[in-house]
Amino acid sequence: MQQPNASQPFDVVISGASYAGLSLATALAQSLPGIRIALLDQKPLVARSTNATAGNAATERSGDPRSFAISAASRHLLEAIGVWHHIEASSQPISAIEITDSELDAGVRPTILSYANATSDGEAASHIVPGQVLANALAEATFALRDITPIAPAAALRHDGGAALANVRLADGRDVEGRLVVAAEGRRSALRESAGIKLVGWSYEQTGIVVTVAHELAHDGRAVQHFLPSGPFAILPLPGNRSCITWSEATPEARRILALDDVAFLAELDRRFGGRLGRITLDGPRASWPLEMHLARSYVAPRLALIGDTAHGVHPIAGQGLNLAFRDVAALAEVIIDTLRVGGDPGGMDTLKRYERWRRFDATVSTFAFDSLNRLFSNDWTLVRAARDVGLGIVDRLPFVKTMLVAEAAGLTGDLPRLLKGQAL
Amino acid sequence: MTALTSPGLSDAMGQHAGTSRQDGGTEIHARSAPDDNVDPAEVARFGALAEAWWDPDGAFRPLHQIGPARLGFVRDVLCRGLARDARQIRPFEGLEILDVGCGGGLVSEPVARLGATVTGIDLASDGIRAAQTHALASGLVIDYRAESLEAVARRGEVFDAVLCLEVLEHIPDPAGLIATAASVLRPGGVLVLSTINRTTRSYALAIVAAEYVLRWLPRGTHTWDRFITPEELQSHVEACGLEPGQVDGLVYDPLRDHWSRATDTSVNYILAAQKPK
Repeated sequence: MQQPNASQPFDVVISGASYAGLSLATALAQSLPGIRIALLDQKPLVARSTNATAGNAATERSGDPRSFAISAASRHLLEAIGVWHHIEASSQPISAIEITDSELDAGVRPTILSYANATSDGEAASHIVPGQVLANALAEATFALRDITPIAPAAALRHDGGAALANVRLADGRDVEGRLVVAAEGRRSALRESAGIKLVGWSYEQTGIVVTVAHELAHDGRAVQHFLPSGPFAILPLPGNRSCITWSEATPEARRILALDDVAFLAELDRRFGGRLGRITLDGPRASWPLEMHLARSYVAPRLALIGDTAHGVHPIAGQGLNLAFRDVAALAEVIIDTLRVGGDPGGMDTLKRYERWRRFDATVSTFAFDSLNRLFSNDWTLVRAARDVGLGIVDRLPFVKTMLVAEAAGLTGDLPRLLKGQAL
Repeated sequence: MTALTSPGLSDAMGQHAGTSRQDGGTEIHARSAPDDNVDPAEVARFGALAEAWWDPDGAFRPLHQIGPARLGFVRDVLCRGLARDARQIRPFEGLEILDVGCGGGLVSEPVARLGATVTGIDLASDGIRAAQTHALASGLVIDYRAESLEAVARRGEVFDAVLCLEVLEHIPDPAGLIATAASVLRPGGVLVLSTINRTTRSYALAIVAAEYVLRWLPRGTHTWDRFITPEELQSHVEACGLEPGQVDGLVYDPLRDHWSRATDTSVNYILAAQKPK
């Protein structure tokens, strides 16, 4: 392990060791041996000592109760960096998707759209993966690479982009120098703020509730999204007779529900769940957070690039937040590697602009698409309800539109970075 | 699609290269004797452009644009010819490389970042000054000199590789330059040359389009009859005892505004040759 103030500056300094930061560090270090990467995080990171220690540390760190719908494109990236085979056994391929549009206590939920969730190549367009499993696998891959220098616990306070190097000032007074700094710090990012990049966005006045349940009957890999008047309620299948619930609710109602004891909470859950999987029981703690959407006004500043939630946050309606982050990782990793291979400057403005051009349009379109989808479905107006049911009913009868929907969900449309196609950098 | 080449000129040829450098290297004068293998008008013209070298949207935009494609070629042929691990971030570590006609350092800097010890020579002292200033700001150590290749050869300096990119089309005696370049290569060393083919297409693209229609380059940057075909270049290379190797075309895609390596050598192309061990 190098010292932060080693005489040689780092090629890339990554602040934030969550999903985006870990996968970027791993992709870069695997593709270009000898690259000097610093990985900063506010929480302790365990350097590769033994596998067991690294595994424990990762488990402690993550504790993420969420499960993610990993698109085929994101899975390709995880395969390319060698972590998917650690995840696969704990993941559930989604065989079909069913969308219902219903009132809260409706006994029968009319299915307005259902489709097989396989791409034209026959692979599942998405898998449900528990966040903790993903975090552990990424942390182990990262700590196995000796070109990655963990610097943690360390809070990055400020970024100064100079002519040849950027300087990151840490809260304890140390400085870390690198040719490029990547902020993968989540929504609240000190480095983004110190670079003067503003966010635009708004709150949805909705709260996301996440909890894992066990159920009597098999889900057969079917993911269900009930569009309830107060917001979407998703049942995401996990291995075994278990599912992860991702549930959006108007904030005052969510507060009331979250304050209930387990029995009453389960009763509220049951009202929304639909009876098809038999009796349900809670199988883990509840978690919640306010839903909001945001976009950074710029994704780059001199010697600084933003990825993942630091750059954009979308409504979780389509489970695409992490997939967008992996798209950032794949595009930025490719731009950095292609630049370093020909002796270019990874923090130069022309390099950074290539990344921004590649990602910004896609992320903006996605942010507004998921926002519109949520607005369309989070209401109880008869007229809007009729219109959207007709719309989805038409989709249900047109196989090619479903094929497009699946390809879009698989993340396999557009100008794809090599990692998302499963190719090495 | 357009052809380009550097206004980089200038390499430094000169049988009696009249170049001197005061101690400390702060004052650099380049003088040319009339019989030098140098066109004084070209040296002056490109010297005037020195300030603009590092502006990616300025006069040298085409060279910034073509950079990654030709550096990818340099990386590949040097790694192969000199048994370097192309997967490494700094595969040229320990190599001594001479960049002939280095201009503002658009090739020298990336090659130095790939780990090489780089010497950059150019007769246009303004360009050399711009290159030195930029390297200092970039934290790179590069030995830039306003002198001729002949002067380097006369001192008996030798290198693992010699790069001479977008230079041949600007000088009166390309064969002479290639012979001198071959003489400063170590046995097993690699020479990389890039220039413009002499075809109808290259006239249309490198001169009519690049200088008159798109105005990428100042008028008079290129003279068509100084363009060289790949066959001529290969025979020059063989005449000085080198083995010609890979030849790639460098092709511009106007829709993507992007240069890439291709088999089409009808306009810009790049060639490698190796000195026998």
